[in-house]
Amino acid sequence: MIEVRLHGRGGQGAVTSAELLALAAINEGKYAQAFPSFGPERRGAPVIAFCRIDDKPIRIRSAIYKPDLVLVLDPGILRLVNVTSGLKEDGILIANTKYSGKELRKELGIKHPLATVNATHIAMEELGLPITNTTMLGSLLKAREIIPFDSLIDPLKKRFGRIAEKNIKVFTRAYQETELTR
Amino acid sequence: MGERVGIEVSIAAAEAVKMANTDVIAAYPITPQTHIVEHLSELVADGELDAEFIPVESEHSAMSVCCGSSAVGARTFTCTSSQGLALMNEIVFIAPSLRLPIVMILANRSMSGPLSIWNDHTDVMSIRDCGWIQIFTENGQEVFDHVMFAFRVAENSSVSLPVIVNLDGFVLTHVIEPIEFWDKETVKQYLPDFKPVNQLHPDNPVTMGAFGLPSIFTEAKKAQDEALINSKSEILKAWKEMGDLVGRYYKPVETYQLDGSETVFLTIGSFGETVSVAVDELRAQGKSVGQVKLRLWRPFPFDEFREAVRGVKRIIVIDRAISYGGPGGPVASEIRSVLYQEENMPVITNFLCGFAGRDVTSDDYISMYEKTEQMAKGKVTQEDYIIYGVRE
Amino acid sequence: MVKSEEELSWKDLEVGCVVNEAGNASQYKTGDWRSMRPIWDTAKCIRCGVCYIFCPDMAIRKTDEGYFEADLYYCKGCGICAQECITSCITMVEEEE
Repeated sequence: MIEVRLHGRGGQGAVTSAELLALAAINEGKYAQAFPSFGPERRGAPVIAFCRIDDKPIRIRSAIYKPDLVLVLDPGILRLVNVTSGLKEDGILIANTKYSGKELRKELGIKHPLATVNATHIAMEELGLPITNTTMLGSLLKAREIIPFDSLIDPLKKRFGRIAEKNIKVFTRAYQETELTR
Repeated sequence: MGERVGIEVSIAAAEAVKMANTDVIAAYPITPQTHIVEHLSELVADGELDAEFIPVESEHSAMSVCCGSSAVGARTFTCTSSQGLALMNEIVFIAPSLRLPIVMILANRSMSGPLSIWNDHTDVMSIRDCGWIQIFTENGQEVFDHVMFAFRVAENSSVSLPVIVNLDGFVLTHVIEPIEFWDKETVKQYLPDFKPVNQLHPDNPVTMGAFGLPSIFTEAKKAQDEALINSKSEILKAWKEMGDLVGRYYKPVETYQLDGSETVFLTIGSFGETVSVAVDELRAQGKSVGQVKLRLWRPFPFDEFREAVRGVKRIIVIDRAISYGGPGGPVASEIRSVLYQEENMPVITNFLCGFAGRDVTSDDYISMYEKTEQMAKGKVTQEDYIIYGVRE
Repeated sequence: MVKSEEELSWKDLEVGCVVNEAGNASQYKTGDWRSMRPIWDTAKCIRCGVCYIFCPDMAIRKTDEGYFEADLYYCKGCGICAQECITSCITMVEEEE
């Protein structure tokens, strides 16, 4: 079972990212769960969402405390929340940042493998909005292809309708532009 | 067979209500039930479901409308949580006494206060004795299946009683997971048209809700009790037939790794699956542990439950509600009472946990087991109930 | 009328205690609640019908001559008709008289 924890701010689409990931996995015939950190939704406040993917039915229904992957949608969150809390030793932190992996490692003292991408920049260029949820999914799959890259195209199309193409573009660009730092 | 889709459990529940061709929906939105009602109102507004959606001004009105619409012979659905259930409480007791086959999804949430929107079972336990058929579900698939089941059982002319389908708020309502839908043909085969036993109609006037003097009230209650007890045969039949149609066979009491287990966990609702994970881990350590899950809460499945725990030495009852100043959690009280006259009655330890959304992990269940083991060895005092994880 | 309530077992009850016989309240004899009954003095009666309107049990009916009288199967003897009568033509008399 792969467990992913997503950090973002209310309104940035962390929950949507988790959902899209789960939907893609389910379409692939896998089992998956996506859920928010339950509670009232507050725009701008740090929020967490979760996603589990497995080849067999998933029974566990508690939150994720020892993730395999941590995805951070907002650069500010990196300095606000202990995002690597519980991250497995070989787990990967996937971060939206304008800094390189080396710089980030130095600044935050992170020991885990890193995947970094300037998702805000990509999102601003392509969508005109600093909403990085679909962008960061590309980065996540670059860090570890837990589901095939193409499996997300269909859920993205269904979810975003007329702005689907733009979202597929940012998703693809992030996949290409993500830098891995072991 | 229907399509397997990734979907939020609330949306799937609403889709099931649509597929059941419901006639009237009267509900007031309340967290965490909201997505179910929102989606139903969309389905009606979009013309996908030909039903009356009545946006009432309170849950008291919601249940009142449901009684009215069910009485005229309309297939009727409502949905609520916590404070909403408390507000409709007065009419919740009326529906089964009038034998109105309303279906209600209860997205379980804590009763305030302190003000809370999160999940536990204090809402449903407050209406334990309301006279409805009450079942618990563990995952999204069970929720979907049991919407069909609920209408089928409720409206059966030998039953004619309302049904509550409990699903844990947020833990189930807000989760996206794979759910296998039923195809239309299967729904049609499983769920016949609603033919009410009694119907309010100008052509054949009847009185519903008449006065009951002390001279007749006892008989009325006995008749209602018998009706609920006797509903079990139809419940079993409806589960059997569902199994034959969709391949999922449900039972009033489900068991997991039970054979020869000395200690068993007893759970209701969505905590059951996480407990199963803990059971696997404990068995891997060589412990003799199993699990019993209550799916049917009312009518209580006495025979099946006694049979399931025969020979068990210890039962760890997981409760999601508290009886202040009482003997422990409501489930544990019930289980003690059910087993009281049994030979070799097992020792019952009762952990109250998961109040208002407090997360409980499989490691937590393992430590509950360890604490139970210590009590068994006399290392710590056997207590009536323990509020697990409370900070002293 | 069927069995009295005291004779019914729980098995005799209709599902949901529904009353299937529409309008069977008319079988309910309230006349025996009465200790006084109204008597009309037709010499004083102006046939205005105020008693008919005020009767809470609709137990007053019009005669062929246009005067009014109580339906003693239902009249509970409340005396409202006598109280409201404009010409004081209604007197309440004891049942035994």
